[in-house]
Amino acid sequence: MTFRRFLPVLIAEPVESVNFSIMNTKPDHFDEMRVGDTEVRPPYASYKTWFDDQEPGRLARKSKEAEAFFRRTGITFNVYGQVAAEERLIPFDLVPRIIASREWTKLSKGIEQRVRAINAFLHDIYNRQEILRAGRIPIDLIAKNAAFLPQMMGFSPPGGVYTHIVGTDIVRTGEDDFFVLEDNARTPSGVSYMLENRETMLQMFPELFSRIKVQPVSDYPKNLRRSLAACAPKSCNGKPVIAVLTPGIFNSAYYEHSFLADQMGAELVEGHDLRVVDGHIAMRTTQGYKQIDVLYRRVDDEYLDPLTFNPNSMLGVPGIMDVYRAGNITIANAPGTGVADDKAIYSYMPDIVEFYTGEKAILKNVETFRCGEPDSLKYVLDNLADLVVKEVHGSGGYGMLVGPAASKKELSDFADKLSARPGNYIAQPTLSLSTVPIMVKKGLAPRHVDLRPYVLVSPDGINITPGGLTRVALTEGSLVVNSSQGGGTKDTWVLED
Amino acid sequence: MLGKTAGGLYWMFRFLERAENTARLVEAGFRIALTRSQDSSTEWESVVTTAGVCDPFRKKHEGFTASDVIDFLLRDKDNASSVYSVTKSARDNARLVRTALTAEVWTAVNDNWMTIQELLKKPIKETDLPRVLDVIRQQSALVRGALHGTMLRNDIYDFARIGTFIERADNTARIIDVKYYTLLPSNSFVGSSLDNVQWETILRSVSAHRAFRWLDEEEMTASSVARFLILDRRLPRSLVFSMATTLENLNYLVDEYGTRHACHDHAEQMLKNLRERDITSIFDEGLHEFITGFINDNNALGLLIERDYKFYG
Repeated sequence: MTFRRFLPVLIAEPVESVNFSIMNTKPDHFDEMRVGDTEVRPPYASYKTWFDDQEPGRLARKSKEAEAFFRRTGITFNVYGQVAAEERLIPFDLVPRIIASREWTKLSKGIEQRVRAINAFLHDIYNRQEILRAGRIPIDLIAKNAAFLPQMMGFSPPGGVYTHIVGTDIVRTGEDDFFVLEDNARTPSGVSYMLENRETMLQMFPELFSRIKVQPVSDYPKNLRRSLAACAPKSCNGKPVIAVLTPGIFNSAYYEHSFLADQMGAELVEGHDLRVVDGHIAMRTTQGYKQIDVLYRRVDDEYLDPLTFNPNSMLGVPGIMDVYRAGNITIANAPGTGVADDKAIYSYMPDIVEFYTGEKAILKNVETFRCGEPDSLKYVLDNLADLVVKEVHGSGGYGMLVGPAASKKELSDFADKLSARPGNYIAQPTLSLSTVPIMVKKGLAPRHVDLRPYVLVSPDGINITPGGLTRVALTEGSLVVNSSQGGGTKDTWVLED
Repeated sequence: MLGKTAGGLYWMFRFLERAENTARLVEAGFRIALTRSQDSSTEWESVVTTAGVCDPFRKKHEGFTASDVIDFLLRDKDNASSVYSVTKSARDNARLVRTALTAEVWTAVNDNWMTIQELLKKPIKETDLPRVLDVIRQQSALVRGALHGTMLRNDIYDFARIGTFIERADNTARIIDVKYYTLLPSNSFVGSSLDNVQWETILRSVSAHRAFRWLDEEEMTASSVARFLILDRRLPRSLVFSMATTLENLNYLVDEYGTRHACHDHAEQMLKNLRERDITSIFDEGLHEFITGFINDNNALGLLIERDYKFYG
């Protein structure tokens, strides 16, 4: 009966990865609302007062109202592998996740530093490769990485920006303990949930927002448009024409693609709407072909150009890489950015941040053991039952071992796999993830959360929307926040000073 | 506007119009079955023929029973023109062109799909049929209302209207085509109850039985019914009305884009063929030939619009 507790709001799509790395083994995890049984942490003080004043039935009624509203609006994500691609809804919990202004300032400084370093790293890797010459990261990590694109060598994207949009996954374990779990530098998704969640809250509880001052998120589409326009290629005279490239209505994130195009006032195109005309990318309109300057693509590198990458791709544009290299189109994010966000590179991020910014990394990495190194391998094999082991290039939780949840047999089978190809794996300790309450029948109950803030990069600077997407594991004690595995979302508030 | 978007709008509104027309056809068939004592399978057969799905129907069913026909036309997922299928196709196209629609239109189409899905979940009992058909018609009225009330009068609206009226003209023409023999003056016995029932059915399938009595001072005869459906400018489902509206919206596109295409000449010629005729000359030419010619011209117009406005690659 637990599913009735949550508002089944539909959401754009499952965000890519499953955070199995976080296993709560201790009961004394950090709760973001409460200290002990009675005390409320300051960011939640006003909210809690309001919540305690609510007549119990009202919130339940609000849930139902909103459910009907969301079903009609059709904010859905598609599930793959079904004959008739099923559209599903993702649960939305009414209790916001609240971050104090001071906490956010520190967090956003850390994120900005990291994103700056990632862009510098990508520019270096695809040009002089100073970091390899300096011996700070192994050459094989780049040379043998499938996400590294030789076609990008010696090329500078328009405006010098590689990762126009980044979603940095963050987890918290204590008052001042934030860790970066993953840097999503390819085509991070989920931002439409962030915006729709806030809209829902504004519609349902307008009085809350007059009582508590929350930093707005609604500028995101405008900022995204401005940020993309600022990266237009030199060949563009006048107002840049922006289009969003989607794989189509059956893609799991189609709702988000149409939402962002709509909010930005940009055309939503598919590969078959585009072709190369006079050395530019152009879209087929009712009045003939019209030039595009900036393409916000939600199609993976591999499918972008059948002439350069996967020849069977129907999702991309034949010849777009030539147009790109000639400087006549901006592709956001740039092809080849995946080399900066895979799990093997992750373990070097503190070094990368230091190498390019000259500063210590503000945000911590989760401790990571590279099994390819003999000492680490020995440690990992000795402590397998306490660790999470991931495939370096895997995603979505496939090929992964969650030590504390594994049987003896699973552990020994995995140890064999690990010993056979140690270079293919990394291992991380389990963390005690913070909790935020969700609404259940009897009131509030703590559940584990993570956070994905959205970062926009342009030549004019880095813009981070205050807040982001909070994913929450709806089952008691669970640490799996992924939407395809029973996770939900919350509105995320960053308070005004 | 993207050519694909124009195509998505055009088809979205063709499918919505088809859902409504199919519901009307079923209603007319149901009524004749209720009011006549003898075997009604011929009536149901002509309903299926008018809907243009005779071949797929025969593959699935032996005879033309009321329950099989109703199920096939309303609920069958194997029938691409069933109300269920076209409502889904309309919504799929709406998703494709979502950025071109106002929130109200999108919500209405999405609502329409959710309501129809629920409505047609189980086989329809005869006692429920009138209510079910009512809901289908109401739902399409809601979508149309949202379109008229909230959309800018620009190319987006024009393609929506063109799709609606090309589909509507096709539907009215097919109704006449299937029943043309009952409209031939030579075959009719004025005032015979058989013909009255047939004409009434035809009028009902375009929701015009009441309008005919109000507007037409003539006796109900074969030629007055035919004239009404083909040439009456006041009837929103007549061929001439549908053609005039299609051309009007095509001409708005000329104003907006500043370019004229082959489809404009073709539509102008089609409208001229209707406006310069009277019903006697149509009967002299042969009603069947005239209607067949119209259906072919209308299909050709659809293809020209597709090409001229670059719906596909």
